[in-house]
Amino acid sequence: MEMFAIIIGAIFVNNVVLSQFLGICPFLGVSNKVETSMGMGAAVTFVMAISSLVVYLLQYYVLVPLGMEYMQTIVFILVIAALVQMVEIILKKISPSLYQALGIFLPLITTNCAVLGVALLLVQKEFNLVESVVYAISTALGFALALVIFAGLRERLELADTPKAVKGVPIALITAGILAMAFMGFSGLV
Amino acid sequence: MGKNLSTFTSGIVKNNPTFVLVLGMCPTLATTSSAANGMGMGAATMFVLIMSNIVISLIKNLIPDKVRIPAYIVVIASFVTVVQLLMQAYLPDLYNTLGVFIPLIVVNCIILGRAEAFASKNGVWASALDGAGIGLGFTLSLTLIGMVREILGNGQIFGMDLWQGGGALIFVLAPGAFIVLGYLMILFRKLTAKK
Repeated sequence: MEMFAIIIGAIFVNNVVLSQFLGICPFLGVSNKVETSMGMGAAVTFVMAISSLVVYLLQYYVLVPLGMEYMQTIVFILVIAALVQMVEIILKKISPSLYQALGIFLPLITTNCAVLGVALLLVQKEFNLVESVVYAISTALGFALALVIFAGLRERLELADTPKAVKGVPIALITAGILAMAFMGFSGLV
Repeated sequence: MGKNLSTFTSGIVKNNPTFVLVLGMCPTLATTSSAANGMGMGAATMFVLIMSNIVISLIKNLIPDKVRIPAYIVVIASFVTVVQLLMQAYLPDLYNTLGVFIPLIVVNCIILGRAEAFASKNGVWASALDGAGIGLGFTLSLTLIGMVREILGNGQIFGMDLWQGGGALIFVLAPGAFIVLGYLMILFRKLTAKK
């Protein structure tokens, strides 16, 4: 039951983009087409699942025993950056077709604050190993969901006749605001 | 001196990181629920930006080209840790409100962007000024967004009541952040286009 609460909470109630404001850059940058946003969503899910596992082990088996929790930020960002590189190399060898699909999105993920944000949050929330990975995957799914919905909206917005000053980012932000309002309807679900 | 001055001022209006370059959106949206929070976030980012610009411009010739991005990230992350520890010690309330967004200054694309685009090519003095200008532009934008959201949402400014009875709470919540930023961006574009 608790697992269920974590999953629903991370996907809908506390959606990573629309209520926690993590990963706004790819949300605004990559979400022009439904297809590319699906690719980005898949790549983020993949990296987040692995990074949460690694970060968890690092935090509780290296940093805490050594009493170096203050090094968290530096260690986490380096590990995530290295991990993304590694995933890219391994994927290229093992599954060229998956690499083809996720390829261009992988380097972008290092600067996606959602990955580091989730790593920091799962330590803050004191999740255990299974909860951490489940939380990371559900958060990533929430990210993918928001991205795909938003891409669908933006494909229509491109065609809409908007004033010059409103075109592009401003109208996207206002649309995201209305979408966030819709997602507020989920609050109280868990 | 004229060139230095324009380096400094371009960050505030012409290359405003929030309204023109649209960088660093996560902290911009997340920490502007009040003017004071926005200002605190802006100041923390500005400190990291100035210090990392200075250090990177000093060591730019020592870093091999291939590993420059990881090297920049280590420099930035070190200063973020400094800010994090200082805030925890001296401003615990602000530290708790801003929460995870303090360590997340590391992945603020404004900072890495300036390191790569400016500090790695210019001298120490110019880099420091560039950091100060962009940092100030960011702080001013965040304070402005925070002020608008605080007035509309709570009827307060910097925690002081403007009128009784509060406001539309939606502006302090998540949707308000997107909507206020969207409309302010439209306003900014209108005002700068006329000049």
